[in-house]
Amino acid sequence: MDRSHDELARVVREHAGRLTASLVHLLGDFSAAEDLVQDAIETALRRWPVEGIPDRPDAWLFTVARNRGLDVLRRQTRYREKLTQLQWPSPAEPDDRLRLLFTCCHPALPRQAQVALTLRTICGLTTAQIAAAFLVPETTVAQRITRAKRKITDAGIPYRIPSDAELPERLAEVLTVVYLLHNEGYLSSTGDGVWSRRLAGDAEWLASSLAWTLPREPEALGLLALIRLHQARAAARFDADGHIVLLPHQDRSRWDHDAIAEAGRLLARAATHHRPGPYQLQAAIVACHAESPRWEDTDWAQIVVLYDMLLAVAPSPVTRLNRAIALRYLAGPQAAMRELDDLAADAVLDRYPLLHATRAELLRALGSPEEAREADRRALDLTANPAQRAVLSERISWT
Amino acid sequence: MKYVLMFAETPQYAEDLAAMDDAQRQAAYDEVGRWFADNAARIIHHAHLQGPHTATTVRRVDGGHEVTDGPFVEGKEIVVGFVEVEVADLDEALAMARSWPACPIVELRPVSP
Repeated sequence: MDRSHDELARVVREHAGRLTASLVHLLGDFSAAEDLVQDAIETALRRWPVEGIPDRPDAWLFTVARNRGLDVLRRQTRYREKLTQLQWPSPAEPDDRLRLLFTCCHPALPRQAQVALTLRTICGLTTAQIAAAFLVPETTVAQRITRAKRKITDAGIPYRIPSDAELPERLAEVLTVVYLLHNEGYLSSTGDGVWSRRLAGDAEWLASSLAWTLPREPEALGLLALIRLHQARAAARFDADGHIVLLPHQDRSRWDHDAIAEAGRLLARAATHHRPGPYQLQAAIVACHAESPRWEDTDWAQIVVLYDMLLAVAPSPVTRLNRAIALRYLAGPQAAMRELDDLAADAVLDRYPLLHATRAELLRALGSPEEAREADRRALDLTANPAQRAVLSERISWT
Repeated sequence: MKYVLMFAETPQYAEDLAAMDDAQRQAAYDEVGRWFADNAARIIHHAHLQGPHTATTVRRVDGGHEVTDGPFVEGKEIVVGFVEVEVADLDEALAMARSWPACPIVELRPVSP
C-alpha cells in the first residue's frame, strides 16, 4: 500500500470517527450510527481512489451517511426526524469520540470485540481490513462486531465518559486495547508487513487523541511516549532484506532522535503528576535505551531499578523475564540464568518464545552450545512472526 | 433499564461465613443491610434463596419429566439470591454489583423489555 492509500486512511479515520461520534450522540443508538458511517466509509474507499479525495471529506462522508440514513431508517420516524435536523459540521463535541472509545472498550465486551470495534468505529477500518490485519476470516470479524453491537444495545452499555471514580479502571482498559493494537502492529505475531504498519499508526493516533483529550492522565501520556519511542526506532529494526536487527546491532543513527527527544518531553510532563504507572515506567525503560548513544553506554543499573518499580505496580512474568535480561548486563549471565530458571516453572511463560530465545543466549554465554540450540529450537516452534523465525533459524544453523 | 443481579456463593465464601463468630456475622449482615438501604430507590424486589440442599430440578425428557435432587447446574458456584433493579444503564448496575459487600460473585442480566 502506497503513501496515497495511507493518506486516504488518515482522512477517513479523522472524519469518520468524528462523524460516528456525532451520529451516536444524535441518534442515541450506537448500532444504527455505526452502520451508517461504515456504509459511507466503504463508499469512500471505493470512490476516492478513482475520483480523488473530495475538498471537504467530512462533508462528503456526512452527506453519504445522512442520505443512507434517510433511506434505511425510513420506517423509524424518530431517527428520520433527528437526521433531518443534523447539520454539518456539527457543533464541536470534543468529548464525543472519547465517549465512543469508552463504549467500544467497555469491560463487559470481550477483548477481541473491543479491538475490532475500536478499529472499525474509531479508526474507520472496514471489516475486510480488520480481517486482513489480524489474518482471521472476514466472517469472524463481522460476527465479533455484530455480537458486540448487540450486547451494547441489549445490555445497556452506556455512551458516556466514566465518572472520576470509574475513570482509572476504565482508562486502563482503553490503554490496554490501544497498546495491544500497537504491539500487534509493531511485533506482529501473524505476518503481513503493510497491515502491521497501519495498525501501529492507528495505535499512535489513538494514543495521541487520548493524551490530548485527557491531559490530566499521566498514563495516557506515558502510553503515547512509549509508542513514539518504539516508532522512532522502527526503521532500524529491519535490514534491507527484511531481517530483524537486534538492539545491540542496530544502527542508532537511523533512529529518529527528534521523536525520541519529544517522547522524553512527554514523559517529563507525565512525571509532574507524580502518579507513576506501568506505561510511564515502560516508556522510561525504552527511553534509557533510546537515549543511550551506544549499546555499551546503556545504563543497566537504572533499567533494573525501573523494572523493579514496574514489577511493584504491575507484576507480570514477562516483566520479570525482561528484568532478568537486563540483569545479565548488570550482574552477569549466571545471575540472569538463576532468575530464568525460576521463571521457566510458569506454564504461561513456558509458551513464550522470548523466554527460550533468552535461555539460548545465556546458555551460549555460559558455554553450553548443545542446550542453547535446544532452547532456540523450542523458541522457533513457538513463534509465528516470520522475521523473528528467521533470526532464530539462522542462529540454529550458525552454532 | 431493568436488570437482575444474581448473587452466587463459592465454597470458600461459605466456609469463611461458617467460621465467623456471632459478632462478625452480625457485622457482615449489617453491611448487607446498609447496601440494601443505600440502594433502596433502585431495588424493585429481591429474594434470598435457601441452600442448594433444598433445590429440586425438573427436566423434560423424552416427552416425560425427570425430577432430580439438587440445582440444575452442577458446580461450585451456587446462586443464593437475586435483586431486580431499575437503573439508567449497565454502568450504574455494575457500580451496585461492585459495592455489594457479601458473596463474591454477581452476574448481571438485563430484563427483556
